[in-house]
Amino acid sequence: MSSVVHDSFSIERSYPVAADKVFAAWATIDAKSQWFGNEEGLEAVGEQTLDFRVGGREHFGAKAEGKLYEFDATYCDIVDNERIVWTYDMHMDGRRISVSLATVEVRPVAGGTTLVLTEQGAFLDGLDTNEARADGTRQFLDALGGYLGA
Amino acid sequence: MVFHALSDPTRRRIVEQLGSGQASVSKLAAPLPMSMPAVVQHLQVLEASGLVESHKVGRVRTCRLVVKRLDTVQDWIDQRRAAWERRLDRLGDYLATETTKKEK
Repeated sequence: MSSVVHDSFSIERSYPVAADKVFAAWATIDAKSQWFGNEEGLEAVGEQTLDFRVGGREHFGAKAEGKLYEFDATYCDIVDNERIVWTYDMHMDGRRISVSLATVEVRPVAGGTTLVLTEQGAFLDGLDTNEARADGTRQFLDALGGYLGA
Repeated sequence: MVFHALSDPTRRRIVEQLGSGQASVSKLAAPLPMSMPAVVQHLQVLEASGLVESHKVGRVRTCRLVVKRLDTVQDWIDQRRAAWERRLDRLGDYLATETTKKEK
């Protein structure tokens, strides 16, 4: 049976550099690949591509814990040094597990730049078969409590 | 909604108790240091989030945890949000390195 859950979250970060520098880190493959994709525990699969313009695509694939994850994005809106909006889907071992709308807003503030990333997603049934489920609710709630600083 | 529902320690306690099996509202309320209407209000938030379902038989309302909802949310929060948190931290490291390079 298919299922879908909708959810959204925002993450805010401040960086002590000018807004155009923060924006530039998203705009070229040379800059973006320095911090996006080549993460610890990820083994890149295939070529990482980025066509940073409205209608342009981005692709990244990686293996993590034996599973193949593929990220494919389409840029929908770009306002230089201010805003990026893109849609993306994620596949796990060939199964589509989510389709998301993501927005990055970059604002100059005293001493640097604030970045807000918001993701709104449709979370699909692929994960219902995820083997690696945490056991029971206690572990999860403890972790969440810690995460929320409660 | 789920995130908000679990942001409160009382509601996490209720969810934790329901994790060991379904329970009546009065059983859930017994260990909690608050009035019954307050407990009912917390349960309403949990029900609205889809984490808890309840049904009434006679005068007893019984609650159960919708484990599947919790699993999905766990994946959502763990995988997606954590991934972005890590990336944005790495972006900060990258920006710091770039700034240092330029200054040299």
